[in-house]
Amino acid sequence: MLTAEEIHEIKEEFHLYPYKQAACIEALKVVQKHRRWVSDENVKDLAGLLEMSAEEIDSVATFYNLIYRKPVGKYVILLCDSVSCYIMGYETVLQHLERTLGIKYGETTKDDRFTMLPVPCLGTCDHAPAMMVGKDLYRDLTPEKIDEILNSYK
Amino acid sequence: MERPLTKNIRPDGKPVFIKEYESLGGYQSVKKALKMQPKEVTELVKKSNLKGRGGAGFNTGLKWSFVPMEGEFEHKYLVANGDEMEPGTFKDRLLIEGDPHQLIEGMIVTAFAIQADEGYIFIRGEYAYAADVVAKALAEAYEAGYLGSNIMKTGYKFNLHLHTSVGRYICGEETALLNSLEGKRANPRAKPPFPQVSGLFGQPTIVNNIETLCNIPHIINNGVEWYNGLSLTPGDGGTKLFGASGKVKKPGLWELPFGVTLRELLEDYAGGMQDGLKFKGCLPGGASTDFLVAEHLDIKMDYASVAAAGSRLGTGTMIVLDDKTCPVGMVLNLEHFFAQESCGFCTPCREGLPWTEKILRKIEEGKGEMKDLDILQFHTKFMGPGNTFCALAPGAMAPLQSALKYFREDFELHIKEHKCSWK
Ligand SMILES: Cc1cc2nc3c(=O)[nH]c(=O)nc-3n(C[C@H](O)[C@H](O)[C@H](O)COP(=O)(O)O)c2cc1C
Ligand code: SF4
Repeated sequence: MLTAEEIHEIKEEFHLYPYKQAACIEALKVVQKHRRWVSDENVKDLAGLLEMSAEEIDSVATFYNLIYRKPVGKYVILLCDSVSCYIMGYETVLQHLERTLGIKYGETTKDDRFTMLPVPCLGTCDHAPAMMVGKDLYRDLTPEKIDEILNSYK
Repeated sequence: MERPLTKNIRPDGKPVFIKEYESLGGYQSVKKALKMQPKEVTELVKKSNLKGRGGAGFNTGLKWSFVPMEGEFEHKYLVANGDEMEPGTFKDRLLIEGDPHQLIEGMIVTAFAIQADEGYIFIRGEYAYAADVVAKALAEAYEAGYLGSNIMKTGYKFNLHLHTSVGRYICGEETALLNSLEGKRANPRAKPPFPQVSGLFGQPTIVNNIETLCNIPHIINNGVEWYNGLSLTPGDGGTKLFGASGKVKKPGLWELPFGVTLRELLEDYAGGMQDGLKFKGCLPGGASTDFLVAEHLDIKMDYASVAAAGSRLGTGTMIVLDDKTCPVGMVLNLEHFFAQESCGFCTPCREGLPWTEKILRKIEEGKGEMKDLDILQFHTKFMGPGNTFCALAPGAMAPLQSALKYFREDFELHIKEHKCSWK
């Protein structure tokens, strides 16, 4: 069941569009903001609210890589794996993250703190390699820097 | 050298907000434009030779002139394209984060020219900080009366909203972007009808790149002659944000006149290659442009000159390849990106790009055969311009076809030695 707060926030979005269905992505964002990810049950609940079929909503949800249809940890690490970061050696950064966290892409740490995913170019190529942790951007990454960064997320 | 686009941007990139922006002469172009006829504004921009900075380089004023100015419409829309996911591109971020009101000012004038009453700033989801900056700047602009239902008491109405996206490179393609704004999967749309006539929610719509829109206030304030004078290349008005990433001494972003040479960019601005490395080539304008190599270093960086050299100016932000980075590995990285980001709508791209990626991986891992090079060559034609529904696939083929041309020996070396000798 969606909470009253979620329903309220989604209905606020309706005012910005000519019809409800256009708020589909916004509605998914609202659910994810509250729950970290979007479950099958959430999709069904949204279907009722947006007057769309669950399948239609899922076709939208699964198209976008920043809508998570599987559980994620408290912080999602998005590591840039595009070309400038490739040249600047993001693979060393990836190996360090894998070793430190004990997870690979798509996995979540046992303490539920971090999920790690690859992401296309983060648009900060003059400071490659780069990654995001939650909403925060980190650049010019080195193994030492990463240890410091990870320790700052509790 | 004048640098209108970046003149307000602080060395640390911290945003300039409204009080400071106004004290630096901000919002003057809105005052000026609202006293003109909309068509006059469009005509001025057409004559300025401002070309779209999103990659295609189409005359901006000409694009606006296709919006119907007669007849009744529920709405007309203006959308700023801040998807910026082209690998190697990092210019719009600077403009949004550093000087958000310049963008808003450009959008108000553009909206007036096409008589749009609603607008969106579409920003990729990962640009969380940029979105916060824009949200604050929008609130300030409403408060100051530059946005809303009675702009500067002239009776002109324009509402501007922020939309943060949720991933996928294809959202940057303008018709896919419109589908995404409508809450749908971001598949591109057939053209015609062009968005200028039937775009967002079926209404006339202009989609412009962030950097394009940031040029507008300066054209209105200082005029067409001044604007054309900024450029070293007749026919390409204004300045351009040029950038360099890769193993150069000083990677970065610089606002420079069109017509600087590739060598000047590389040596004078990017500081040349890191010690011990040689320049092997570069993608001059993002991932979907063809490689240029040493023989091209003296070409001028403007739309026609880069095209004459067989590539595209694209986004103007180059990715530099050095002699110690494997060119096959680099192209594999690029094709992995394109294969992953294909929206899956049309068959050649959906099937062809993963195929290309697989072959490149096979070669990089030392398992390639000579006939694989023919298959790659075939794909560059098969997914070339005109064979797919949108420009993603032809863009993906640009670095591949040029790598096969300039670095063929390196591909063959992988095949002959059954390994990557760069590792
Ligand atoms: C796959 C693909 C991705 C694109 N991504 C962007 C982008 O992130 N930002 C952008 O401004 N234009 C992008 N474009 C170009 C847009 O379709 C469009 O031409 C541009 O936004 C128009 O604005 P302009 O005339 O001001 O350049 C992309 C095009 C394609 C085919
Ligand atoms: S070319 Fe690729 S991205 Fe473009 S419509 Fe076809 S499948 Fe989608």
